[in-house]
Amino acid sequence: MLLEVKDIGVTYTSKEKEVKALDGVSFKVESGDFFSIVGPSGCGKTTILKIIAGLINSTNGEILKPEDFEVGYVFQEHNLLEWRNVIDNVILPLEIKGVAKEESYKKAKKLLKLIDLKEFENVYPKDLSGGMKQRVAIARALICEPEVLLMDEPFGALDEPTRLKLNTELNRIWRKTKKTVIFVTHNVSEAVFLSNKVAILTKRPGKIKKILKIDLPEERNLKLLDSEKFIKLVLKIRKNLEYFKEK
Amino acid sequence: MVFILFVLLWKSVIFIFKFPEFILPQPETVFIEWYFLLKSGLLLNHTLVTLYETIAGFIIGVLLGLIPGYFIAKSKQVEQTLSPYLVALQTAPKIALAPLIVIWFGFGPLSKIVIVALIVFFPILVNTIVGIRSVDKNLLDLMKICKATRLQIFRFVELPAALPVLFAAFKTGITLAVIGAVVGEFIGANSGLGYLTIYAAGLMNTPQVFVAILQLTVLGIVLYLIIDVLESLMIPWYKNKGEKDVVRS
Repeated sequence: MLLEVKDIGVTYTSKEKEVKALDGVSFKVESGDFFSIVGPSGCGKTTILKIIAGLINSTNGEILKPEDFEVGYVFQEHNLLEWRNVIDNVILPLEIKGVAKEESYKKAKKLLKLIDLKEFENVYPKDLSGGMKQRVAIARALICEPEVLLMDEPFGALDEPTRLKLNTELNRIWRKTKKTVIFVTHNVSEAVFLSNKVAILTKRPGKIKKILKIDLPEERNLKLLDSEKFIKLVLKIRKNLEYFKEK
Repeated sequence: MVFILFVLLWKSVIFIFKFPEFILPQPETVFIEWYFLLKSGLLLNHTLVTLYETIAGFIIGVLLGLIPGYFIAKSKQVEQTLSPYLVALQTAPKIALAPLIVIWFGFGPLSKIVIVALIVFFPILVNTIVGIRSVDKNLLDLMKICKATRLQIFRFVELPAALPVLFAAFKTGITLAVIGAVVGEFIGANSGLGYLTIYAAGLMNTPQVFVAILQLTVLGIVLYLIIDVLESLMIPWYKNKGEKDVVRS
């Protein structure tokens, strides 16, 4: 086991009210998992990622993780530095660590090859399409060789064809690098397509309703989207989400 | 082309209204005067004095704006402590302070440098705060995940993100700086283009007044262009993008 989230709760205190954002969230992530978290918007999915990344503290509960635990983070917005070209954006985390430029560039070039943007290393972000920017952001998150890759709706702002293309590409990267990924999305079909495990969160305060194993072969392609098995899995998750429930 | 039209308009105004030389001199008189003043080296001396006051005051004003601006942007507490005084300082019209500053710092360039620094400081301060605060919070999260130090966050993210806004402020600042130096020289000085203007006006030497004004205009344009060139060298990635909103004082 790589990571255990144990009974995490987050409560925000504003003037008079206490708002519970998360309540007793627990799950385990094994090494090599592609673990997706789905749930209605505002249920605290992003908060879970931020707690794992150490950006915010939970009110109670704990996270068991190995020492020297490093994460890569991909945001919904690509968050590239517009004053740096592609390759300098990718090496940024190494530059912060003080790794020699030569070594960083070597690593970055390998990653750019992996994400299929080898010819674009000197291009500035403003000249890239949305999908390309997000691929660069993935390369940047991978360059520190993190134990786990945290992805917060990384394809949420993309159009459908680009999203599907990046989904297949992410699946290929996952198989190739054997990275552990924790992926947050509100798109059920995307979660099933990518993951081997999907956790379903309830409405606020977010609680884990169910964790589902996705029993599909590791290699995923677009044909899968039409298969009966896939559709059944999507429907099963959708039933567990409380999208249409009246208050 | 525009220049020729301008000279023709100038001449026709004199022809129609029959202005005497001491009200509106002929353009050629002004250019001849300019030529002789340049040749004697007098104009260059005055220009260098004003240039020195403008640049020295500008640099001091920029530093005075940048450093507190950064800390105000980063800390609510610093902001609450400092901002009433800063606003009070800005609300007091600095031109009105100029005679006092000349009394305190003398007739030499120092008093002009102080006036320029005071005038430049505020727009730089305000825009530094805007620039540093405009940094995307997600970028700061990213730096935190990479375990960046304060200095690295400043170098890699905050400074480059703020540069476009800062350069816009530098452009406003440099034009204000020239005004500050001239006002200082009006009040009390023994050299500089502002002094030359007042001196020539006192003698009713209108062509020389025109020369001083033209020279000041050229000085202002050159300084502005230098900053413009620096901008395109330092933030090439920003060109061809719409200008960001800039707060001016």
